[in-house]
Amino acid sequence: MKAFTQLDGLVCAMDRANVDTDAIIPKQFLKSIKRSGFGPNLFDEWRYLDHGEPGMDNSQRPLNPDFELNLPRYQGAQILLARDNFGCGSSREHAPWAIEDFGFRALIAPSFADIFFNNCFKNGLLPIVQPADVVDQLFREAAACEGYRLNIDLASQTITTPSGQVFSFEITEHRKACLLNGWDEIGLTLRHADEIRAFEEKRKLEQPWLFA
Amino acid sequence: MSCKTLYDKLWESHIVRQEADGTCLIYIDRHLVHEVTSPQAFEGLKLAGRQLWRKSSIVSTADHNTPTNEWDKGIQDPISRTQVETLDANIKEFGALAYFPFKDIKQGIVHVVGPENGATLPGMTVVCGDSHTSTHGAFAALAHGIGTSEVEHVMATQTLVAKKSKAMLVRVDGELGFGVTAKDVALAIIGKIGTAGGTGYAIEFGGSAIRSLSIEGRMTLCNMAIEGGARAGMVAFDEKTAEYLKGREFAPKGELWDKAVAYWNTLVSDEGAQFDAVVELKAEDIAPQVTWGTSPEQVLPVTAVVPDPAEQADPVKQGSYARALQYMGLQANTPITSIPVDKVFIGSCTNSRIEDLRAAAGVVKGKKKADSVKQVLIVPGSGLVKRQAEEEGLDKIFIEAGFEWREPGCSMCLAMNADRLEPGERCASTSNRNFEGRQGQGGRTHLVSPEMAAAAAIAGHFVDIRTFA
Repeated sequence: MKAFTQLDGLVCAMDRANVDTDAIIPKQFLKSIKRSGFGPNLFDEWRYLDHGEPGMDNSQRPLNPDFELNLPRYQGAQILLARDNFGCGSSREHAPWAIEDFGFRALIAPSFADIFFNNCFKNGLLPIVQPADVVDQLFREAAACEGYRLNIDLASQTITTPSGQVFSFEITEHRKACLLNGWDEIGLTLRHADEIRAFEEKRKLEQPWLFA
Repeated sequence: MSCKTLYDKLWESHIVRQEADGTCLIYIDRHLVHEVTSPQAFEGLKLAGRQLWRKSSIVSTADHNTPTNEWDKGIQDPISRTQVETLDANIKEFGALAYFPFKDIKQGIVHVVGPENGATLPGMTVVCGDSHTSTHGAFAALAHGIGTSEVEHVMATQTLVAKKSKAMLVRVDGELGFGVTAKDVALAIIGKIGTAGGTGYAIEFGGSAIRSLSIEGRMTLCNMAIEGGARAGMVAFDEKTAEYLKGREFAPKGELWDKAVAYWNTLVSDEGAQFDAVVELKAEDIAPQVTWGTSPEQVLPVTAVVPDPAEQADPVKQGSYARALQYMGLQANTPITSIPVDKVFIGSCTNSRIEDLRAAAGVVKGKKKADSVKQVLIVPGSGLVKRQAEEEGLDKIFIEAGFEWREPGCSMCLAMNADRLEPGERCASTSNRNFEGRQGQGGRTHLVSPEMAAAAAIAGHFVDIRTFA
């Protein structure tokens, strides 16, 4: 996994609540057996004016000029600013894969759906929860100032605005360590293989019907 | 001894180890695997040279991509076919307790297949790369959806890295009225708490109305916990749970059964257990529900009118209501019962079990589909459900009404196969999500119960099932 330490990135403001993972990456692209290549189809139904299918040359498709990701001011954005309950719905990890593949490294919203939030951390993406009034302020500043950037520092758990205002954010120690170091979580867990085996043996004795 | 919630008991009995920050390694008993969210996980195992930790924890089937008609022609979409064949090959290479491939009599929607074969048992942790894994909480199990990285993690380590959620009790007391189903209860709860209301919580559904539900009804309810934002929903163990499971293939037998039931009887929240949040509804207040927008929380009783965005105080809500009405092609203040439907879908992991099909058939018997309705799809949840329905003659009732009787699968719930809405088409659907494009790009979904969907197919528009004859 790609490590995440510090990011100074352009902000793309997407002023919609309850953005679901079906919108982030529509179902037809879930037929892939690969983990990469989803970026061109991120928000496919909102981003393009035609119907997208796997295998199309996306560079030839008509873009929806009104959609946030297509606005000239947001080209090259690495931070997605969103509203409540971002990533709700389906558990598809293709959603964070598409967001990461597109070039985003961090997301800021008042709340995220649980499964999506969790999936982000497995892919070097940092989802940051901020109070609604802070998010409101960031939306106002991003709208007022073209080229609006934020500086995110994971070690100190802070977001710094262009005017120098600093907001702190929460993250568990475990997730922070994994992101900072780009650790493979399976490798980490397997260091405890003996404990897992011991737990499993005890469980077999207590509830043998689970192991039939 | 302190009083514990059912969730406390399920969580604590699966902790392998705990870090100082509260992050735990949680042991996983049952891993359900389907074709869409597993190929990258199997590939990850291969690349790292890892094996399955415990192949007997895995129960697998192909459901999302499989066609629901013309099975003799196989899977015609080559990309879908590759994904299903990749699952075949991976299960062959890595192994599983049970695999129900395309066309197998036991193939079907993974959340229907698990319980009907007794592969979901009380006290288990159940995971699957699918958000509707919450369905299995109906058996007093801790069940939730996971992403593909976690699928790989469970395959390689039999554990998940997780922190405990908060506990919410949703209590529904009283008696549900005629024509009001588990689906209506689920939608009414989501209407009350919102699609983010359960975020960060595991929900236990309790109260006399929940205890009165059948196990299949409880599955419908737990299935939609995720639509209320909660990864896991659950219902305490009782005699109905035991009765449902007894004799099923992977359920314990003989002495082990007695031993298991003795343990399962403890899988209830203790009297006086504390929840972080409690939500209460009165069963008598719940009417048949219909969603009008593009989020499951945008739901109203069938007797209501489509809301007016201008009357919403919150500007974010005002915007999302206006956007939803535009997408849905609806005008504010339109009575829901005057909304016509183009298609009807009865199926999905929410409502495709035998009781759902019986309920729909009960409404349809002796009647015909409205001429204005282009297509009515009846998609049973599994091959076993289909066989049972045919033994009871339900297929004939549907076919005589002009409905299409299909093969099992996820079908038009998410439209990964050929079953889908065309742009602008409006559907009465027993599925779980009315998101933009969910049932096909530009498609307009209204979530309802099987009875309400069947009645809409007959009338050509939504009707109040309580007065429909």
